[in-house]
Amino acid sequence: MLTNILSISLGAILINNFIFSQFLGCCPFLGCSSKVDTAAGMGLAVVFVMGLASAICWVIDQFILVPLGLEFLQTLAFILVIASLVQFVEMFLKKSVPSLYSALGIYLPLITTNCAVLGVVLLNVQNNYNFIESVVYGITGGLGFMLAIVLFASVRERVAFSEYPECFEGFPICLVSAGLLALAFMGFSGMQIFG
Amino acid sequence: MTIVYSILVLGILGGVFGAVLAYASKIFYVEVDPKQEAVRACLAGANCGGCGFPGCDGYAAAVAAGEAPTNRCVAGGPEAAAKIAEIMGVSADAAEKMVAFVPCSGTEGHAEKRFNYTGPVDCRAAMLFGGKSNKTCTFACIGLGNCTRACQFDAIHIVDGVAKVDRSKCVGCGACAEACPKSIIKLIPESQKIMPACSNRDKGAKVMKMCDYGCIGCMRCMRECPASAIMVRDFLAEVDPAKCTGCGHCAEICPRKIIVTFGGKVTVAAAE
Repeated sequence: MLTNILSISLGAILINNFIFSQFLGCCPFLGCSSKVDTAAGMGLAVVFVMGLASAICWVIDQFILVPLGLEFLQTLAFILVIASLVQFVEMFLKKSVPSLYSALGIYLPLITTNCAVLGVVLLNVQNNYNFIESVVYGITGGLGFMLAIVLFASVRERVAFSEYPECFEGFPICLVSAGLLALAFMGFSGMQIFG
Repeated sequence: MTIVYSILVLGILGGVFGAVLAYASKIFYVEVDPKQEAVRACLAGANCGGCGFPGCDGYAAAVAAGEAPTNRCVAGGPEAAAKIAEIMGVSADAAEKMVAFVPCSGTEGHAEKRFNYTGPVDCRAAMLFGGKSNKTCTFACIGLGNCTRACQFDAIHIVDGVAKVDRSKCVGCGACAEACPKSIIKLIPESQKIMPACSNRDKGAKVMKMCDYGCIGCMRCMRECPASAIMVRDFLAEVDPAKCTGCGHCAEICPRKIIVTFGGKVTVAAAE
């Protein structure tokens, strides 16, 4: 059990990193990564929402969709869950943890339409994870996203001060550095943990 | 049967989530000061930043908290100030409406050019050439329109190579003055009738060579002003709006024809 969870965690963070090897959640990855601070804020928000969404979607899938033979509704139902969950979390934070709300506030609504969150809940189903495994996969997938976005933001902060051909100014250099970073993560691909 | 189940399941899920969210919005309702919302409704909503607060919402929050005066919304003008004052229960001191003014008359063909600039259309880019501009006069408007691009109200345009403010559209937010890399754009009270349209502080002889419409500091306006409202400092005429009566005498006698009178007559020779 423990080795299983460890392999899921390491797999989600490094080997099958959501951004670098599954190419999910690329929009916030490129859009929210100009500063390390905002990137870390976005990363935290994603960890939070992914963990919660995994838990709730697993329950809905196992106790409502599967018994009724409605697995084909998974995508639809999960989107519904994620969207309402993000709304709910936003309201909850605004009332009870205003400091966290002001830190995450603007990123939370962005996550509603983040494909990494939908990806994690669908992968939970595909991989037949149980409840604990699902939640672990959700949280560690979020951590992997956070690692990627914070790394990338640090790279971009440095790129801003370096010299590169003028025609690469702006988005092109950003995509090139994203590609190089993804190549570095390719080093993990194919690794197997604990058999 | 499957289709019925699908509709039921999704319908119930949607209904439950909707109900939870509706209930949560009641429980987790965060009270916003009703004054803040009322104040916000009075503002122009352009988020121009002319009040010095981050956007209209920021200003409304500060007003509702009693931390800001009620007359800072330049775009909304005296009407907004009066409405806000009514909401806040204080007397309205109408904000003196400010308008932007570009004190430069060095239009195309009248201000001497050092070179023909063909680089990017951006005043800052043009300034990189020797830290000045394409014009010999270091105080001149470069005329590449950074102010035009900064203006949210379509109130400032480049006419004959010099920025010109459309006073009927200008709200006095000061965005152009901030965007101007030469920092020559000024905000003046709308009631001020007279402005010398030149910023050059070089000596007269030098100005004569550089521009047909530069202030040479001859002091004629200063001597002849019936209200003694004009002072020439560092070879540049300056008007004291508190003393100026707007008679327009200075504009008539100015040998360089650079003094502008608002309210009808514009004597800038560029009008030719």
